[in-house]
Amino acid sequence: MAGLVIDREKCTGCGLCLKSCAVNALSVKNGSAAVSDVCVMCGVCVDVCPFNAILIEKKEAAETEAFLYKDVWVFAEQSAGTLASVSLELTGEGRRLADARRCALVAVLSGKNGQENAKVLIAAGADKVIFCPDERLAENNDEAYADYVSSLIEKYKPEAVLFGATKFGRSLAPRVAARVKTGLTADCTVLEIDPETKLLRQTRPAFGGNLMATIVCPAHRPQMATVRPGIMAAPEPDFSRCGELVEETFFARTVPAIELLEKIKTDKTMSIADAQIIVDAGRGIGNQKNLALVKEFADLIGAELGCSRPLVDMGWCEYRHQVGQTGCSVAPKLLITFGVSGAIQHLAGIARAEKIIAVNSDPEAPIFGVAHYAVVGDCVEILKEMIAALKQGGASLSKLPVPVFRK
Amino acid sequence: MRCVVCIKQVPSTTKVKLDPVTKTIIRDARQSVVNPFDAYAIEEAVRVKEKTNGSVSVLSMGIPATERLLRDAVARGADRALLLSDRAFAGADTLATSYTLSLGIRRLGAFDLIFCGKMAVDGDTAQIGPELAETLGIPHVTDVTEILELGEKEIKVRRATDEGYEILKVTLPALLCVVKDINMPRMPSIAGIRYSQAAPFEVLGAEALSADIARTGLDGSPTQVVHTFTPERAGECVQIDGDCKTQAVKMLGLIAAETKTAEGGN
Repeated sequence: MAGLVIDREKCTGCGLCLKSCAVNALSVKNGSAAVSDVCVMCGVCVDVCPFNAILIEKKEAAETEAFLYKDVWVFAEQSAGTLASVSLELTGEGRRLADARRCALVAVLSGKNGQENAKVLIAAGADKVIFCPDERLAENNDEAYADYVSSLIEKYKPEAVLFGATKFGRSLAPRVAARVKTGLTADCTVLEIDPETKLLRQTRPAFGGNLMATIVCPAHRPQMATVRPGIMAAPEPDFSRCGELVEETFFARTVPAIELLEKIKTDKTMSIADAQIIVDAGRGIGNQKNLALVKEFADLIGAELGCSRPLVDMGWCEYRHQVGQTGCSVAPKLLITFGVSGAIQHLAGIARAEKIIAVNSDPEAPIFGVAHYAVVGDCVEILKEMIAALKQGGASLSKLPVPVFRK
Repeated sequence: MRCVVCIKQVPSTTKVKLDPVTKTIIRDARQSVVNPFDAYAIEEAVRVKEKTNGSVSVLSMGIPATERLLRDAVARGADRALLLSDRAFAGADTLATSYTLSLGIRRLGAFDLIFCGKMAVDGDTAQIGPELAETLGIPHVTDVTEILELGEKEIKVRRATDEGYEILKVTLPALLCVVKDINMPRMPSIAGIRYSQAAPFEVLGAEALSADIARTGLDGSPTQVVHTFTPERAGECVQIDGDCKTQAVKMLGLIAAETKTAEGGN
């Protein structure tokens, strides 16, 4: 059986690993570290140990036929014939991986506008597009798509399959992974081919972004990952590229148990996940009246409104504005916080913000530990000053791009 | 309606601090809590039970101390609890966990609905629900925001999508992953707490479940963590000093500069 092993020869009993353990599974006994039953084998201590004294022993997986699998695949998600933006990001990334692996890049497509979308995917880097025009794949449906994608995997045996970490991708990919009995890494932000082992190294945030983990899938194929949208750049299309279009037929294996009755589209601005500029209010703004100032300021600079959990709990803000671990994880170019102290759950939701300007009266607030610009002062007064300046149309306003550009 | 809720013990994040030197997370393992999203799954299952005169079983895979959280779920309205605990289950990734949970569900007997939280806040994968449903051979719906109708053979649910909502009719048995705003979880009642102390509670290991240990724990996990590290933090933090007016002017200048980059970056 697998387990965490401590090399008593190498261990000095320094205790560094104790501090790194999330579950308090380690202790120092008789001068060397010891592990208890509560260990979940997360591997953090293995990396922390300066003496390489900790190992995770694992039974060698049975010989697989990994060598039979080749090519990198991307799942080209679309809706009503329009490719999801992450599909092109994946194609660009997939191209890079396929080049590193010296193999072909294949995009799996279905739905309306197949011919057009295939051209776009080839221009973005695909060597081959597998397309299925079947009506049953017109809507993003877990059951039909799980049948479709897993049957293609069995037929063509790709080495790696990437999905966008959209709501649909994160529902479909685990279904497919469990069916073909392989590993799946969720919500990756970095992908690379290991130069030695040729394995796909998949890096993703865990513990709400406080820890990054690099994961591989050594013995099972395909290596599967969902990739966070908006992280990888979509490539410049090159319509002179050539590629192959293969048409596949769809055979349903699952008796449909889910029927789509109605589809309701809501305004895109309902989600702050994609916002480029966010003004983020915390409890430190004091009262609901001051929240109106935050909103006014956000409108003036063309930003979306975010807030911390207490504001939602008190009924000042709607849940869709909540930023953090149990709210929305955001990735704006600029985040401006007012009266946000920076509880770890909130920080988890803003880990991907590119620049953070934080305003808080407490110089010791944890938010300043992650901010790029710290403004120690009275949020309400500063807000009033800024609103006044913006309304006057001072020099700063002319420099501000209004309306602000969104994706 | 016979409901099963899968819950996970996670480190309490209210106690989490980042170690300034090693930049790792300092936690107190005694402060483990039920995964916040699972609290909504428990509540939704109990609501279904109350509406249909049904039952709720809570299930978890974890260390023996998870018993406390399972009993707490019983105090909030579940009827019985099952804990899958064995050294052979440790280090499981989502595939191995789904397999192990599927054995537990089979052990609990016939069911109509399985509830999972949207995701666990420590791993953030959101994969267990769909993988478990696939292992059990039943349909699943993620991001369920509301159960609209409860029939004997089928239910109607609303799920959030990237574009809005979908209304789906789902044939039972099925698995639902619920989101946070589906309900407001209740507090345990005095009667519930009393009942939970004596409620049926079982702990099963690999042997009792007749588990194939090549498919559980680290050995049964296709994925492997090879490296962990703390992400780079902002680095230098620039102080914006002065009185309110000066700070406001400086901030507006910064915002103008940063949004210009935002424009260029697109």
